Amino acid sequence: MTAAVDIAELDLFYGAFHALKRVNLAIEPRKITALIGPSGCGKSTLLRVLNRMNDLIPGCRIAGTVRLEGRDIYAPNVDVCALRKKVGMVFQRPNPFPLSIRDNVTFGLRVAGLSDSQALDAMAEKSLKAAWLWEQVRDKLDSLATALPLDQQQRLCVARLLAVEPEVILMDEPCSALDPISTAKIEELMLALCEHYTIVIVTHNMQQAARISDSSAYMLLGEMVEFGETPQVFENPKDKRTEDYITGRFG
Amino acid sequence: MRNTGERIVQNALMLVAFSALASLLLIAVFIFKEGLPFLLRTGLRDFLLSSDWRPQEGHFGIYPMIVSSLWVTFGAMLVGAPLGIACAIFLNEFVPKSVMRVTKPTIELLAGIPSVVYGFIGVIVVAPLIRSHLGGPGLSVLCAAVILGIMILPTVISISVDAIGSVPNSYREGALALGATRWQSVHMVVLKAARSGIVAGVILGMGRAIGETMAVIMVAGNSVKIPHSALDSVRTLTANIALEMGYATGQHRQALFATGIVLFVFIMILNSLAMAAMKKSVK
Repeated sequence: MTAAVDIAELDLFYGAFHALKRVNLAIEPRKITALIGPSGCGKSTLLRVLNRMNDLIPGCRIAGTVRLEGRDIYAPNVDVCALRKKVGMVFQRPNPFPLSIRDNVTFGLRVAGLSDSQALDAMAEKSLKAAWLWEQVRDKLDSLATALPLDQQQRLCVARLLAVEPEVILMDEPCSALDPISTAKIEELMLALCEHYTIVIVTHNMQQAARISDSSAYMLLGEMVEFGETPQVFENPKDKRTEDYITGRFG
Repeated sequence: MRNTGERIVQNALMLVAFSALASLLLIAVFIFKEGLPFLLRTGLRDFLLSSDWRPQEGHFGIYPMIVSSLWVTFGAMLVGAPLGIACAIFLNEFVPKSVMRVTKPTIELLAGIPSVVYGFIGVIVVAPLIRSHLGGPGLSVLCAAVILGIMILPTVISISVDAIGSVPNSYREGALALGATRWQSVHMVVLKAARSGIVAGVILGMGRAIGETMAVIMVAGNSVKIPHSALDSVRTLTANIALEMGYATGQHRQALFATGIVLFVFIMILNSLAMAAMKKSVK
């Protein structure tokens, strides 16, 4: 199978700081890939390379290639807005907009120029159902999204993404603000979603990576130390540094 | 020993703080004491809704001044609010932070220019422009609106900049990550989140505009009449008080104090609206 995302010889600098060093990674489609490693190892940076959110940071430069379905996403003629619709992102803290639930879910569609309210409502329902949120919010679509409980806010952020029909979903520690029960719900949702979407998740939680991911990448100080199928990485790591981290001797 | 010193300082500070508050209160009491009996005697209706202002003959109707004040203030908002909000958006969202660090204090410096200087510029530059291009006397509603619109910019800009700046970055990131352009993320999310703060800024600016006196006297023309166009010369409530207080006696003097009460009430209403809006934005 060809990779959904193919990262080759990627270097990234924040000013003089060398944040990612010759990273190579092939992310398979319709699988969950986990990026693990200690704080500051570059895993969130790597995630943000994939939808070019790093472009927003002044002084950020990259070298190397990143291909999404064979196309270089850093080529000069790439439409960044279109790319970000294809590669959606769920953030660490749920960040629904201070708008109604309906306006949150349809945001990406309205940004793309869709204004037919029936079509918008239909997509909103479909996306909320896919994020398992429809039952909870169907009667209050016009109330403020920021008043929802945190785990529902996070699922709303997922629904908001699904509405624009992305191909890849990036998740930056999506459960770190949630309690264990809400975390379990999000994880279950991710497993369901990976039938249709390629998911890349950054997580601090080793058990979470072990539970849900198909492949895992261990990063340290900007380097890709080890990448492989999750059971292999966790049970039989090839690199000593990975083993130290996973067994808790470091990190 | 040290305790006594502490206590003296504390009490002294309290005295100073209360004297500021007390002088505010005294001003309010004084205005009401001088103006209220007159208001009650004349009747609110005759005072507010009659267009007949002939103090020598005992006719005190301030309706033209109320209308003029509202016109001038409304005009100033038309000029100042869009400019101020656009400037705040630009400074927050579209230029590097370093530019903002220089620009914002500079704009706030505008607030320190004496209003007579604004008035002077109005008389020398804006009024002749209006007279030669649009007709009329030049000193007019339009001229006052332009000058006041510029005068309220510091208020509108600095409060709007703070409101927009306090919108969490995660909203911007969330919008951009959904494929929004910079401008889409600003007007579809950031401005909505900052709305109440911006509204508060505009209302406070309005309070400044309605209370401004010196610049308005210089540029509005000061004739007591209900304006029929933006090119008419008008006299605002504030200008009325300032122009006539010097020689007013008896009933006339009381009528001016009563005008002060009306102004006081206007500004109180505007300030409480602004405070309510700010409170909402904090929540």
